[in-house]
Amino acid sequence: MIGLTFNKYGVWAIYKFEMARALRTIVQSLITPVITTSLYFVVFGAALGSRVSGVGGTSYGAFIVPGLIMLAVLTQSLANASFGIYFPKFTGTIYELLSAPVSHFEILIAYVGAAATKSVVVGLIILLTAGFFVPIHILHPIWMLAFLFITAVTFSLFGFIIGIWANGFEQLQFIPMLIVTPLTFLGGAFYSVDMLPPGWRTFSLFNPVVYLISGYRWSFYGKADVSFILSFAMTVGFFAVFLGIVSWIFKTGYRLKN
Amino acid sequence: MTPIISVEHLTKSYATSFQALKGINLAINQGEIFALLGPNGAGKTTLINIICGIVSPGDGRVIADGHDIVRDYRAARSKIGLVPQELNTDAFETVWATVNFSRGLFGRAPNAVFIEKLLQDLSLTDKRNSKIRTLSGGMKRRVMIAKALSHEPKILFLDEPTAGVDVELRRDMWALVSNLRTQGCTIILTTHYIEEAEEMADRIGVISKGELILVDEKSALMKKLGKRQLTLHLREPLQNVPSELATWNLELRAEGNDLVYIFEDSHASDISVLLQRLSGLGIHFKDLQTDQSSLEDIFVSLVSTRT
Repeated sequence: MIGLTFNKYGVWAIYKFEMARALRTIVQSLITPVITTSLYFVVFGAALGSRVSGVGGTSYGAFIVPGLIMLAVLTQSLANASFGIYFPKFTGTIYELLSAPVSHFEILIAYVGAAATKSVVVGLIILLTAGFFVPIHILHPIWMLAFLFITAVTFSLFGFIIGIWANGFEQLQFIPMLIVTPLTFLGGAFYSVDMLPPGWRTFSLFNPVVYLISGYRWSFYGKADVSFILSFAMTVGFFAVFLGIVSWIFKTGYRLKN
Repeated sequence: MTPIISVEHLTKSYATSFQALKGINLAINQGEIFALLGPNGAGKTTLINIICGIVSPGDGRVIADGHDIVRDYRAARSKIGLVPQELNTDAFETVWATVNFSRGLFGRAPNAVFIEKLLQDLSLTDKRNSKIRTLSGGMKRRVMIAKALSHEPKILFLDEPTAGVDVELRRDMWALVSNLRTQGCTIILTTHYIEEAEEMADRIGVISKGELILVDEKSALMKKLGKRQLTLHLREPLQNVPSELATWNLELRAEGNDLVYIFEDSHASDISVLLQRLSGLGIHFKDLQTDQSSLEDIFVSLVSTRT
């Protein structure tokens, strides 16, 4: 095994293991987002949307689609990645990962790759489901996929960090429930930041999720709360920040090794 | 012969400033079965976990099959298999999936024929499609061994392999270990069942409070430290050891009914002389028995003289 520079079998083993975990719960994994999205459309699209005039020329139903997808991608990425790495810590099977000839980078690729794959799939399923309720046009499909992909990877990295940090199931839920979900709801998923009073509008710009949703909505309809260049730069910036934190964790062995 | 594992001046302190290892030096020879004995908390598992990459080393270094375990961890770890003490398994996976997972994780291309054979050797073929959570503790232990051997390691660590294991599995495990040795695998096991070390090991190391206090061939160790005793059950009880026999290391037990002679292994030939003397003194016996001190006695005396 001398000269082995990339343990492809190792990465593939972890990736497959993580995907198999999702396949065991395929019904929850796929049906849940479909039902949730449908409910959002019933409540916001049909019940409320009929009374709300379109936002910037887009019907309200269509307007909320990018936000709904982002909401699901953020929560799914966090949940999948954090659980994926936390569970071996919880059951003790992490001994095998630590004793295997896999680098930290390879472990990261496998876990984050699997979590991001799952959330991209969920995002695309929501997009399909939404297509049954409202007509959807995607002006910039390449950008749409780029935003989707980078956001999935970025929040899977974030989830990975949470999973390593967490010492119990409560902590695993803590950041997603108390920080990320509120930020997403206040991040313009259901409204345009322009609709807020000026003070709140400025305040919104401190919410990182605003940039993700705004950029993503731009890829659909060509209109955004902030410039899409700024959105994209911020998205890549978050990616860099989480990558930096993960590198530090691996360098110090924080909460992984004694 | 260059050792397959060499541990040099290895130390380890935990964040609590507890010093788990205090400068361990140890060389394991290719193809031997080495037993690491010691009471709970002595540092056995810490030492193994450092060599396997689960715990970061302090000072010193470890070379496994020519590779530094830190600088060249990929090459070192791909040579090593570990069966940890705890039964940590993925409850929802099947036996087949989890063993193949381990092989991939350790960087080996899939090999269904090899895994099939491995499961067969461990009597796991019937259970290949069972979810691990449905297996008994003994079966789970076999799965852990299959996982550790899935990448065909040259060095196998067994951390307390037979803790809480029934007699049958223990016998199977011993057979497996000696079979692995004939295939050239080096085996390091920790145990506090002395009989296990006595049964299997070529060499024995005793670790106590983070220090390796002794390493020796099992047979040499038993010869060096082992005492033997001869017990004669007398026809007539004696009040005192006769003065003619004062130079012998004799004592009376069981209210004078037993005469006990304690001697070193090398003095075994003196027994016939003693028996002649006794018969000359008119002391007769109904029965006799000899005992050899076990590793356990040796171990207890070693550890207790240190504390």
